[in-house]
Amino acid sequence: MDYFIQQLINGITLGGVYALIALGYTMVYGVIQLINFAHGEFFAAGGYMGVILLNWFIGRGYMSTHPMICIGASVVLTMGYCAFLAMGVEKIAYKPLRSASRLAVLLSALGMSIFLQNAMMLTQGVFDKPYPIELAEGSLTVGGITVSYLQVIIVVFTVVLLVGLNLLVFKTRIGMAMRATAQDKVMSSLVAISSNRIISLTFAVGAGLAAAAGIMVGFYYGSVRYDMGFVPGIKAFAAAVLGGIGNITGAMLGGLIIGMVEVFGAGYISGQYKDVFAFIILIAVLYFKPTGIMGENVDDTRV
Amino acid sequence: MIREFKKIGKIYVFGMLWLLGLIWPMVGIHKDGSLSFGRAFTIWSYIVVGTFACLLLYLLNKSGYLDKATKPMGRVRDDLVAKARAVPVWIWTLVALAAALIYPLFTARYAHDVAIQVLIYISLGLGLNIVVGLAGLLDLGYIAFYGVGAYTYALLSVHYGMSFWLCLPVAAVLASVAGCLIGYPTLRMRGDYLAIVTLGFGEIVRLILNNWMSLTNGPNGILGIKPPGIYVPSFEGGFHFEHIYLKKLYFLYYIALAIAVVTIVAVRRLNFSRIGRAWESIREDETAAELMGVNTFMLKLLAYAMGAVFAGLAGAFFAARMRFVSPESFTFLESAMVLSMVVLGGMGSIPGIILGCAALIVLPEVFREFELYRMLVFGAAMTVMMIFRPAGLIPAKRVGTRSEEKEG
Repeated sequence: MDYFIQQLINGITLGGVYALIALGYTMVYGVIQLINFAHGEFFAAGGYMGVILLNWFIGRGYMSTHPMICIGASVVLTMGYCAFLAMGVEKIAYKPLRSASRLAVLLSALGMSIFLQNAMMLTQGVFDKPYPIELAEGSLTVGGITVSYLQVIIVVFTVVLLVGLNLLVFKTRIGMAMRATAQDKVMSSLVAISSNRIISLTFAVGAGLAAAAGIMVGFYYGSVRYDMGFVPGIKAFAAAVLGGIGNITGAMLGGLIIGMVEVFGAGYISGQYKDVFAFIILIAVLYFKPTGIMGENVDDTRV
Repeated sequence: MIREFKKIGKIYVFGMLWLLGLIWPMVGIHKDGSLSFGRAFTIWSYIVVGTFACLLLYLLNKSGYLDKATKPMGRVRDDLVAKARAVPVWIWTLVALAAALIYPLFTARYAHDVAIQVLIYISLGLGLNIVVGLAGLLDLGYIAFYGVGAYTYALLSVHYGMSFWLCLPVAAVLASVAGCLIGYPTLRMRGDYLAIVTLGFGEIVRLILNNWMSLTNGPNGILGIKPPGIYVPSFEGGFHFEHIYLKKLYFLYYIALAIAVVTIVAVRRLNFSRIGRAWESIREDETAAELMGVNTFMLKLLAYAMGAVFAGLAGAFFAARMRFVSPESFTFLESAMVLSMVVLGGMGSIPGIILGCAALIVLPEVFREFELYRMLVFGAAMTVMMIFRPAGLIPAKRVGTRSEEKEG
């Protein structure tokens, strides 16, 4: 039983990270009905930028005097950097292809993903890059269950981001414009919502969340790698589909489920095949219920 | 020209500033707490110079300043094309085939090696072309079938000592079975979903190869695979047939050539058959194709199976040529590489794909010192191609004419 609860806690931590990445997929899909293949790369870029900034702060010696400010600044700057990156990627790989076939857009995004991955490899090296500090040492032990402070921080930060995103999408005017664009581009442009700007913004917000996830994964596993965006990217996509693509609440739920499945699968069935479980869920969901758990009816051409 | 430039120039300047903003944090913030600008500016200035030159050429060409140079060259090219058209296609085919046949006589071992790689990738590219180019199903896990073919021959050869020639059809059949297995659950999906699911399947196959220690020896791979053998008549000590292994590279070159030629012929025949037309109709509009009585489900499954057959053949040959297989050879990057060959050459166009394969294998060999930048350039080329020339270097010719083309 202790083992079970322990795994549950690990699953929630991992699930939160997947949920953050999945949100980017689902938001972009909601607005332009396309999968952003380069999204996993934003996540990896976030991990790298976090490492670079933290190292710099340590080098300057600010880290020992004001640790919280430095970490906070790293996270915010990283999110900003990835948002900046994503807006540019959207302008290059998506905007010129608005009226092209879906296959063309998919391939251009895939090319962008390969390009970004290799650009990271060339600038940062092929080896794992370790995170310089531990965010929080020590752990809570209740009964036989250990929860590290790091896990608590990750979960809390994830929840803060998710609540923030919900406020942004459902309570502000920008969020309203985003939802309007997602529903009908032509009509929303008639009421003076610039769909190009909204699409850019959506990419930026999604990439910011992915960057936050990248930093947290960096802290959690202690290092980042240039190709780390690939597998979590597919898993997060599976999460987005599981929750019903285009649906923000669904993506959060899907992320949690995928995280749980992976951790329990690794714990109870086989650790070697832990990556397979997410794929199997993805295939099963697409086969039996392509709209996902919370998705509305998707019209036939999308699935 | 000036007006054009003003319009594009603003976008260009913003784009380049954006690029600088991206490059600098990645290379200019150092561990010791210092900031440097030199390296970022160097990389950036290379990119600026390169893209500016391209932009300038593009604008000059578009506004007609280069007409003096391009018009005569265009005429020369048209003349050449017209003269080439005058000679029947079968003569060109024969010339190409003859050139391929005598190629090993005039080249060294290294060139054979590169040529074999090109031929393997031609088989793979044309196989993928059936799935992506003809049937319009984006398959990102295609390399899994290549892996199935390679492991089939590897295991049969190592454990049962079966001959290459016997294993070749077995590998093709097993790969097509794998194609059907993967195809069956995914065929209800379209477009992006299909892409991601096939990617997932590709990864599953690789993980299985990596983790099923008792069968595949995991990440260590399988060693000691026999090369293809043939029987030659021998008169020493009475007439009998002697079995020899073809270890020389140029023998392997001819086998690869044979597989590639079979693939080319088969794909061409399929392309211009009833089935090929049905695939194209599915690609253009699946719902309409179904209404016209095309059995879309069976044909899509067939596209997967046929695509996998050629990957299986190429895979078996790959195992025989390397005499070693490991899961490392069947990663997603390989799938992406085959796909970029197909895309670069022109989806659905056989000469285009052959050109694409040759270009993407030979160019990195020529520019050996830029080896590291290979995938970077592939990725960039894929995006750029989709923006400027989505039909590829040699666009596919359509079968028949379409109503909208007649009007124009």
